[in-house]
Amino acid sequence: MSTPYAKLPAWADYGLIPLINLFVAFVVAGFVVLLVGENPLRAAVILVEGAFGKGTGIAFTLFYATTFIFTGLSVAVAAHCGLFNIGTEGQAYIAGLGIAIVCLSFDSTLPWWLTFPLAIIAAAAVGALWALIPAYLQAKRGSHIVITTIMFNFIAASIMVYLLVGPLKPAASQAPQTRNFLAGAELPKLNWIIELFGAKIRSAPLNVTFLLALVMAFLVWLLIWRTKLGYEMRTYGHSPKAARYAGISETRIIITAMMISGGLAGMMALNPVMGDQHNVAIDFVSGAGFVGIAVALMGRLHPVGIVLAAILFGMLYQGGAELAFEMPAISRDMIVIIQGLVILFAGALEHMFRPYIQALFASFSPRSVGMEAVKGKGA
Amino acid sequence: MDVFNAIIQTLDSTIRLSVPLLLACLAGLYSERAGIFDIGLEGKMLVGAFAGAAAASVFHSAFLGLGMAILISVAFAMIHGFASITHRGNQIVSGVAINFIAAGSTIILGQAWFQQGGRTPALQPGERFEAITLPGAEAIRDVPIIGPIYAELLSGHSILVYLAFLMVPFTWWVLFRTRFGLRLRAVGENPAAVDTAGISVAWLRYRALICTGILTGIAGAYLSMVQNGGFVKDMTAGKGYIALAALIFAKWKPVNAMFACLLFGFLDAASIRLQGSPLPIIGKVPAQFMQALPYILTVILLAGFIGKAIPPRAGGVPYVKER
Repeated sequence: MSTPYAKLPAWADYGLIPLINLFVAFVVAGFVVLLVGENPLRAAVILVEGAFGKGTGIAFTLFYATTFIFTGLSVAVAAHCGLFNIGTEGQAYIAGLGIAIVCLSFDSTLPWWLTFPLAIIAAAAVGALWALIPAYLQAKRGSHIVITTIMFNFIAASIMVYLLVGPLKPAASQAPQTRNFLAGAELPKLNWIIELFGAKIRSAPLNVTFLLALVMAFLVWLLIWRTKLGYEMRTYGHSPKAARYAGISETRIIITAMMISGGLAGMMALNPVMGDQHNVAIDFVSGAGFVGIAVALMGRLHPVGIVLAAILFGMLYQGGAELAFEMPAISRDMIVIIQGLVILFAGALEHMFRPYIQALFASFSPRSVGMEAVKGKGA
Repeated sequence: MDVFNAIIQTLDSTIRLSVPLLLACLAGLYSERAGIFDIGLEGKMLVGAFAGAAAASVFHSAFLGLGMAILISVAFAMIHGFASITHRGNQIVSGVAINFIAAGSTIILGQAWFQQGGRTPALQPGERFEAITLPGAEAIRDVPIIGPIYAELLSGHSILVYLAFLMVPFTWWVLFRTRFGLRLRAVGENPAAVDTAGISVAWLRYRALICTGILTGIAGAYLSMVQNGGFVKDMTAGKGYIALAALIFAKWKPVNAMFACLLFGFLDAASIRLQGSPLPIIGKVPAQFMQALPYILTVILLAGFIGKAIPPRAGGVPYVKER
């Protein structure tokens, strides 16, 4: 994705511009709060307090963040290869099937530390396979990956609904979900880490998947910037022509990138399924895949940025729940608007403020924007 | 005669269900033919549906509702244009953003203004578009075969249904028989050539997006003011994406678009009608399979197994004027 704009210093490019975009998104969201007849500043205070004020709040924030780290990384890996994986949602949803099979088979016999690795493999494999078909069609048949992954989201939803109201549902139950997992498929909580700092936690679903998410963020960084494969992916993302000229196989790179992306999306399912609900229920992903798009864009496709952006969105989700409680006029759907605004301003309109900032930088120090210093005095 | 009646009824609901798809599909046709990908059809339909139902119930006028639906939907199309034409942003990202903003704001504003859990008040007679009985429908109702076809299938729809089907030849005429249409198609294939001819690429694309906004607005109004007597949250339920699928299925051609939407509408109608009852030969088909069929068919088409879908060449690429 080349930009027809001149360069800025790295800290402005990766720090200042995202912050300005984020700020504008929140100002616009503030106007929506005004329109509803509430005080935006008070809403912001409730939101932040709800997310970080108490130990339970922090644990919930990190629990949501875990989910978004996975989906954000998933979108980012594909994006580095120039592919827009809008199918993270469906890949995560269908991965629930892989987790269900592992957990329902082994939860009575194996301890969690054996079930967990099996479930990770199953989730990643199913997610990767669900991304394989769109990837293959893009690479071999030239079908647009955005459209095929959208279609696969709907197909995944249909399959999961069919399975959860039919074969996977216990005969005696009415609810469209699998039976509850036994102790062998329940992941240990991590709340004690927050309690070490003296905060009290009532019950919060933060679990070991959070650590897995951080490991994955590190591995993605390693993959993208420290391996040959990552280099090839970035090359293809920048210029498919250059990649082809350099002898990089188009088919191989598209399919590999999409399968990694799908695998990361699939792992997202571990967090709510094994860490929190202990069953696979209809619509358990509930839009987290799409949040991943916002997270990846905000984090500028870098794992560190993605972890920070995921925590921000975790804060919005947790704080938003508190907000809905305190201000009845504002339901949790407010987050959906904020999410949309972040995608709009940090994604589609990312260059809107760039020329102004560039002009500003140029007036202070021309060198910083890559211009030759103007010769002679008084210029 | 029972079978005949069942067929007539299924086809009748096929028409009703395919109208929003058709309007949204034609909407997408204008923007994609001009080289702007539009994932945001879903969101624009949703804000149209909300604005239509809200305005109709506040001002007690169906036509004011329709006007408001179009206005708001066009405004959202302009946001898409501002991001993807003026600021050369990623068109898919912008479309995704619009879908989220639409989904969230309709619920929040609906709850704040009407306090009915995100719904708008149920529309009263006069606030929604009523069914129109075509002349002579009652007179020939009892004539075998032709009577039911005319009275049940063709007559008794709202004005928006007839409008939607009239938009098909109209769109064809605009795209293939007017100067505007020629330029619009050209800007989707080779914007540099259009620019060389001294025509503004940006303004042309903006106009295409205005057409898109008008049609998605009508599609939304149809959902909330004809099919349903009021707005319900997330009432588009993926129809914008099915319309997108239909557009690809139709290979970006208006008449094909109508048949694609009728096919997808028929699948929907059939899955409602068949719920639970077995088909001859195949046996019982899960409802979920019927619901997924439009998507599966589109993927198969995209894979190149049923002809080849070739999108407008400049689609999705922001135009950068050479300096």
